[in-house]
Amino acid sequence: MDIVSLLDATLRISAPLILVGMAGLLSYQVGLINIALEGMMLSGAFAAVVFGYELGSTWLGVLMAIVVGAALGALFALAVITLRANLIVAGLALNFLATGGTAYLMDILYNQSGTLAPEGLRKLPAVTIPLLEDIPVLGEMLSGHSPLVYVSWVMVPLTSIFLYRMVVGGHIRAVGEHPEAAQTAGISVQGMQYLALILGGMLCGLAGAHLSVGDLPLFRERMTNDRGFIALAAVYFAAARPRLTAVACLLFGFFEALQFRLQLRDTALPNEFLQMLPYLMVVIALVVISVRKEWRKGW
Amino acid sequence: MAYLKMAGITKYFPGVVANSSVDFEVEEGEIHALVGENGAGKSTLMKILYGMEKSDAGEIFLHGQPVTITNPQAAIKLGIDMVHQHFELVPSLTVAENVTLGYEPRRGPFVDRQTMVERVRRLSEQFGLQVDPGARVSSLSVGAQQRVEILKLLYRDARLLILDEPSAVLTPQEVDDLFEVLRRLVAEGRTAIFITHKLREVMAICHRATVLRAGRVIGTVRVTETQPETIAQMMVGRDLEMPRRQTSHATPDRPRLIVCDVHAADDRGLPALRGISFAVNAGEIAGLAGVEGNGQTELIQTLVGLRFPERGDLVLDGRTITRERNRTRREHGLAVIPEDRNHQGLSLPSALSENLIATRYQGAPFSRWGVLVPGEIRRFAQRAIRDFDVRVRGPNVAVKTLSGGNAQKVVIARELAQPPAVLIAAQPTRGLDVGATQFVHNELLRLREQQTAILLISADLDELLALSDRLLVIFEGALVGELDRSQATRERLGLLMAGRAGEAAPA
Repeated sequence: MDIVSLLDATLRISAPLILVGMAGLLSYQVGLINIALEGMMLSGAFAAVVFGYELGSTWLGVLMAIVVGAALGALFALAVITLRANLIVAGLALNFLATGGTAYLMDILYNQSGTLAPEGLRKLPAVTIPLLEDIPVLGEMLSGHSPLVYVSWVMVPLTSIFLYRMVVGGHIRAVGEHPEAAQTAGISVQGMQYLALILGGMLCGLAGAHLSVGDLPLFRERMTNDRGFIALAAVYFAAARPRLTAVACLLFGFFEALQFRLQLRDTALPNEFLQMLPYLMVVIALVVISVRKEWRKGW
Repeated sequence: MAYLKMAGITKYFPGVVANSSVDFEVEEGEIHALVGENGAGKSTLMKILYGMEKSDAGEIFLHGQPVTITNPQAAIKLGIDMVHQHFELVPSLTVAENVTLGYEPRRGPFVDRQTMVERVRRLSEQFGLQVDPGARVSSLSVGAQQRVEILKLLYRDARLLILDEPSAVLTPQEVDDLFEVLRRLVAEGRTAIFITHKLREVMAICHRATVLRAGRVIGTVRVTETQPETIAQMMVGRDLEMPRRQTSHATPDRPRLIVCDVHAADDRGLPALRGISFAVNAGEIAGLAGVEGNGQTELIQTLVGLRFPERGDLVLDGRTITRERNRTRREHGLAVIPEDRNHQGLSLPSALSENLIATRYQGAPFSRWGVLVPGEIRRFAQRAIRDFDVRVRGPNVAVKTLSGGNAQKVVIARELAQPPAVLIAAQPTRGLDVGATQFVHNELLRLREQQTAILLISADLDELLALSDRLLVIFEGALVGELDRSQATRERLGLLMAGRAGEAAPA
C-alpha cells in the first residue's frame, strides 16, 4: 500500500474534523455541549457553493460560509442561552433545519435535488509550498493541499493561544468551569457563551466550505455525514485540549483513509465492516479513556 | 457616624422570614462578629449587603450615604467584598489567574502573565498570605484556597471584607494564621465582618458582636465587656445544654466493627487511606476527629461499600464484609447516617414514605413478587413519623419540602427503625438547630445503651467531646491518635488534627 498517499488522504480528511473539533472545544470550554456542529457545518457547505457561484468567486463563497456559520451560532445561542431552550433539543432542531433547509433551498433556487454542482464554480486552488514541494515524500504529503487544510492546522495553535493566553479566553474557561466565580468577578457569563458559540459557528462554516469547495466544487445533501459528531467525540477524547483534539481528529482521518484503501483491495472483510472501522476506533478510544478514569473508584 | 449601616432590613422566603427589621452597624477598622445559629439569618443579611439577594424592605448606608447594591459587582465597586463558605475559585486555573480573574493585567488583548504573577506575589508577601502564585488551585489545601480568596478581595482593594464562617474548614493552627492576617488588615484601616457560631473565635479576635436569632437582632455587644456565656445565651435563648453522658455501656471484648489495615485511593487515584486500623465495641461511641478532607469521606465510603479498599479488611460482627456490596452489609446490621443528607441520605423529590423504605423495599412485608404493598408502607411510615416526631402533614409529602431538622429525622427513622449492629454517623447534626441536634444526640445515646457500635464522624469538636467514649484522630489518611475521653482536650485534639502528634503527647 502507498503510505504517502494514505497519509496525504489522512490530512485531507481530517482538516474539516479539526476545524469542527476546535468549534466543539470552544463550546465545551464554556460549559455547553454543542450537538449542532453538524448542522452549522452543512449550512456552511451549502452557503459556500451558492454564494461562490452567485458572487462569481469561490473565496467570497468561503467568506459567506463563515458568515452563515456565525449567524447560526448566534441563533443557537439565542435559543439556548437567552430563551433557555434545552441544549439537546435545540441542537437537534438546528440539525434538522440544516438538513431540510439546504435540500429545500436547492430545490426552489436551482430546481435540483441530491447534488448541486453549478457550472463555472471552481474549487479553491491547491497551495503548493515552494521548496517543501521539492522534498521527496514529505513534499508530496504536505504540499499541494486545498488552502483550508493549512487553515485547519493554523487554527489549532490559534485556538490554544486564544484560550490560554488571551484575557477573553481565560474568561471563557472560568465561565465553563465555575460560572458563579466568573460572575462575581464581573465577567458576563452569557456574553462568553454567545462568543464561544458564534466563534464555533464560524469554524463550522469554514469546515463546511472545505467539504464543498475544497476538493470538488459541489454540494450534496447530508454531505457532512456525521462529521460534527465525530469531532465532538474527539473533543471528549481530548478533554477539550486543542492539540490533543487535533490528534484525535487526525487519528480518525487516518482510519477513514485506511478503510477507503482497504475497500479497493480485495480483502476478505465485507465493506460494511471496513466502513465501520473509524467509528469503532472512536468508541474503543472513548471506552479506554473512561475506564482508565473510573477503574480505581470501585463500584 | 457608622461606616456601614443597614436599617430595617427585611427578607422573606417562601414560608419563612429570614430577616425581620434587622438594624446592623459596623465601625471603620473593627472586626465585627455576626453570630447566631444555623438558620438565624446571618448569611441572608450578608448576601443582601453583597448584592446577591434583594431585600424586601430596608436601606443600606455607607459613610451615611444611602447606597443601592443590586449585584456583587456593585458591592465590589463600593469596596465591599465577600469570602463565601464554598469558595468561588476555578480549580483548573492558577492562584494568580484566580486572584486577578476579571481584572487581569493586560498587554493588548493578551494576559500580562509576568505582571500578574508579580502583583499577586507582592500582595501575598505584604499581608503574610503565603501561597505560590503559579500553583493550580485544585492542588491546594483548603486553608491555602482560603488565602487565595482573601488575596482576591485584597487585589480588588476591598475595604470591607465579609468572611462567611472562614474557620469551619481550618485546623486550629490555620485559624491562628487567619486571625493574624485579619489583625494586619484592620491595622491598616480595613474593616471585617466575621460570620461564625464559634464563641471562642468571637472572643479571640472580634471587637464587637451582633447576635441574630430567628431573623431578628437580639443585641450588639462589646466583646471585651462580655462573657462568652452571655453571647451563647443570646444565640439560643436558653442555657446551652450538651447531653450528659451516662456511665460507659461498652463491652470491651465485643468488637462489632473491625477495620484492619485499610488502604484506599481517592477519586483521582491518589492514596486517601494509608493503613487504617481500629475497632468499635458494642455499646460504644467512637468519635473520629479530623479536619475535613483528611480521608474521612473515603473511610465512610469504604465502610458503607461505595469504595473498595485496595488492601485490608472490614469485619462486622465476626463476618468479613470487605467485598460485600452495600445491601449485603445492611442485611448484616450496618446502618448509615450519610455526610450529605440531601444527596446521599435522601431522595428529595420522592415521598417521605418512599425514603423510609428505601433500604428495605426488596422483600416482605413491603413488597411481594416485586410489587410494592402500599398499605404496609403507609403503616410503617406513620409509625416512623410518630416514633421519631417528624413534623409533617403525612407520609406522601415530598422530602424536599421538609426543614433540615425534619429531613434528618427521616434519615434517622429509616436507619434506626431496627437497632443496627453498627452505625456510621457522619456529621449527623450538621445544619440542624438546637432542638433537632438534641434529638439526634439522644438517639445516638439511646442506641449506645442498646449495644450498637457507633462510629461518629463530626467536624464539631464539642459534639465529639460530649458524646464519644473514645476519640480517634485522622490526619492525611492515617490515624494519628487514639485518646480515651478522659485524656482528650481541645488542645491535644487540635495538635493531632494538625498532624503535630509529637507536641500533643501528654507532658
